[in-house]
Amino acid sequence: MREFKADLHIHTCLSPCAELEMSPRLIVSAAKRRGLDVIGICDHNSAENVPAVAKNAAREGIAVIGGMEVTSREEVHILALFDKDEDLFSLQEIVYEHLHGTNDEKLYGEQVIVNEEEEVIGFSKRLLIGSTEIALEKLVTMIHDLGGLAIAAHVDREGFGIIGQLGFIPQGLPLDALELADPANQRTIPQLNRLPFITSSDAHTLERIGQRCTTFLMESISLDEIRRCLSGEGGRMVRI
Amino acid sequence: MTMTLKKIVDALNLVVRTGETLLDRPVRGGYAGDLLSDVLAHARPGSVWITLQTHTNIVAVASAKELCGIIIVNGRTPDEETLRKAEEEQIPIMISSLSTYDVVCRLCELGVKNDARI
Repeated sequence: MREFKADLHIHTCLSPCAELEMSPRLIVSAAKRRGLDVIGICDHNSAENVPAVAKNAAREGIAVIGGMEVTSREEVHILALFDKDEDLFSLQEIVYEHLHGTNDEKLYGEQVIVNEEEEVIGFSKRLLIGSTEIALEKLVTMIHDLGGLAIAAHVDREGFGIIGQLGFIPQGLPLDALELADPANQRTIPQLNRLPFITSSDAHTLERIGQRCTTFLMESISLDEIRRCLSGEGGRMVRI
Repeated sequence: MTMTLKKIVDALNLVVRTGETLLDRPVRGGYAGDLLSDVLAHARPGSVWITLQTHTNIVAVASAKELCGIIIVNGRTPDEETLRKAEEEQIPIMISSLSTYDVVCRLCELGVKNDARI
């Protein structure tokens, strides 16, 4: 086993609130500079830039976990991470069915879809910043049914964090982990469900990439290994 | 004259989903909010709570803060589990087709007011 440094929550230029500089190549080179082994790509309610980042990262020896930051009906942000793109895109399809509205680029920002050569191949017209109509419990079940991991994003932030939105973490909600924006907040979060913590940058700019990261002690890089780390299987460990 | 949930239900034409037998509860004020952490921090006992959230946690919050009932706005449908818990915890849940702002305006017209904070 060895330690792998992971920043599992990075946005690309597809998220309206992210900077245009968040292009696949620049994200990968920033990740490399910061010594990351694994990056998670999680745009708001969409995964369309995951393949472009993954192809660029493969050339640089960095692993990409494809994901999405889904907004539930309660306006809670959940990171959904997947091994296989087809499962990720199955979730994306469901998310799109339950996401309404049209983006206003002037108000919220551009939603740029790129290919691996960083050519702009389109602009998403969907209101990615909006919330879906999927109830939190259903969302977590859906993610698990598709083989993914469901992590409550930035639980220590009031806006869109599960505790801010819902007062406390619903008992019995089968989350795989809680993400902290700041690991120092670990002490202040009640450990109701004894869930493991991760921390990530939630980078919307290149400069933020890797500023927060989680170390996984595991056999190799895969979603399943990360899952086993989170449950502390066979001596695997998570450190924030 | 004491304000009760029953009077509010009649005046605003609310659809009562749970706690039909508890509508004689007095309403001692109101609180509007969708961030449950904020409601936990600031709502006062005996208030009626106006929210668009429908998650089961609203029942626990209403119960913990001893709120007299919950008005869900914009005609949103509470989750089944929310209704089950609300019956169990004896929390009346009422639905309005109006927005939060309009519900609050109507409650003001009816004279539902909070005591001035000391």
